[in-house]
Amino acid sequence: MGSKLQDFLESQVYPSQIWQSVIRHGKPVNDRNRSLAVLGNVFLHLHPIRLPRYATKYTYTWGMGGLSFLLFLVETVTGILLMFYYHPTASLAYGDIKSLEFDVPFGMILRNMHRWGAHAMVLAVWFHMFRVFMTGSYKKPREFNWAIGVILLTITLFMSFTGYLLPWDQLAMWAITVGTNMARAVPLLGHEGPFSNLLGLKIDNDIRFALLGGTRVGGPTLIRFYVLHCIAVPFVMSFILSIHFWRIRKDGGISGPQSARLANLNKVTQVKAAEGKKKVEGIKVEAPKAE
Amino acid sequence: MYSFKNFLDILTTPDNVPILLLIAMIVAYTWISFHKAFDNDKRLAQGRPVWEGEPHNQEKVHTWPHLLNIEFIVSIIAMAGLTLWSTFLNAPLEDPANNSVTPNPSKAPWYFLGLQEMLVYFDPWIAGVVLPGIIVVGLIAIPYIDTNPKGNGYYSWRDRRFAIGVFLFGWFLWMALIIEGTILRGPGWNFFMPGEYWDVHKQVALVNINFSELLNIDPKTFWLARELPAIIILGLYFTITPFLVAKFNKKFYEDLGLVRYGVTIMLLLLLVGLPVKMILRLTINLKYILVTPWFNI
Repeated sequence: MGSKLQDFLESQVYPSQIWQSVIRHGKPVNDRNRSLAVLGNVFLHLHPIRLPRYATKYTYTWGMGGLSFLLFLVETVTGILLMFYYHPTASLAYGDIKSLEFDVPFGMILRNMHRWGAHAMVLAVWFHMFRVFMTGSYKKPREFNWAIGVILLTITLFMSFTGYLLPWDQLAMWAITVGTNMARAVPLLGHEGPFSNLLGLKIDNDIRFALLGGTRVGGPTLIRFYVLHCIAVPFVMSFILSIHFWRIRKDGGISGPQSARLANLNKVTQVKAAEGKKKVEGIKVEAPKAE
Repeated sequence: MYSFKNFLDILTTPDNVPILLLIAMIVAYTWISFHKAFDNDKRLAQGRPVWEGEPHNQEKVHTWPHLLNIEFIVSIIAMAGLTLWSTFLNAPLEDPANNSVTPNPSKAPWYFLGLQEMLVYFDPWIAGVVLPGIIVVGLIAIPYIDTNPKGNGYYSWRDRRFAIGVFLFGWFLWMALIIEGTILRGPGWNFFMPGEYWDVHKQVALVNINFSELLNIDPKTFWLARELPAIIILGLYFTITPFLVAKFNKKFYEDLGLVRYGVTIMLLLLLVGLPVKMILRLTINLKYILVTPWFNI
């Protein structure tokens, strides 16, 4: 296998119409093509084209945000595969898990990856937050993205919680029983919470009833948690994740000591604010002429 | 009766492996962040730029290959780790769900055991609803009440002692509650030391008493009169402390302004209140501080 074969293939493949229609840039061996490689790829363009060197160091970022997203993808892919083998019905769910373990080829490792990936994702998200705190990265101008991150943290926990019920074994049922019992005590909205009598709430019409679809964990709870776990919450989570990623870039990229670029960003905002103020005060600001 | 069986069972339960990982990660990442923070503090003291701000580190490099390389390698390691973990450790599957057989202890998933542990000290509406709500709101509030412009985007202890101190207090408290709830709680949610046999029939004397009973006030007294001392103490805690702190640390108050200071001090008092109630329960068996016809604290 010499470079001769490689050269031949490259000379045949790269100029071909098919290749050119998919990959629009040359080999990423020079700065121009490396920039185009990032710009021209919908996934890679989450990243800026260039970034300060410290931001590529594991000791600065710990890679926890990226790992959270990687595990989100692992959960999505393994989750979709698991859905092929699972009925969210009280009479069938447990047997489906058993058959995953004993009948379905690679079913056990599939289920294991989904479960351990979920636990690892909770850890990754927590330590992502820990790193962001320890570097003070929540400070101006990233306050809002920190808030989005906190929401994503609670969603991650809720995803994990709703998934916990689906194997429909004792562990699942009683962990969810313990967890949802807290909903009894929501002030005003739970039938055992303070002031719930003001709304006339009983065990069969309070917020816990809405969550369980009954007065205790049962078949209706399973289908509710299944829909929440597989459709509703991932749907919401994808939206909020997009905002989280988009805001990283809009807030000046990876955090770092006040760089010239960031200072400039602040200056632009200040100038805009000043212009706005002038307009309000009735001072004429020249509008750009129409062409 | 002593046996390490229950303790080892808990440690080796597949679902609790993340707890061992959690403990290792707490140690490793706390060490990394403080190692880097102290290094930066030294640089700041010498008037040098922080590590992240060094000209060499501020230099722009191309995402392809500098960032994508390391992302690729970390992803490979993570996937290999997850695959090995999933190969050698099977997800648990117990008996089919059965409404009429209650396991003892019945525990929530490990990441919720901090909340379940708080149920020992507070009524469910506080432990399960109000406190988690305040934790989420409090976390979201952090960037808006921490007005310290220093320490933005680099590790440092010197520039942010107060913020990091408070955060780590809450973080370690949360982790400690989770680890305690996982490892040291047995049947009946009773406390079992490592090595202690999980006796389902363990007798725990119910000696917890309310604050008013501690003061020898007749429980039959009209509740408002009976709870007057508690109302005064809680009232003082949440009104006088803010004034005292503002008076003796004027700079703290003036830097934050009225609204930010009010939010900050309330969150701080609640954060301190949690371990205070825990300590009171563990030392003088205090059940409730305040008992009203509608709710108890």
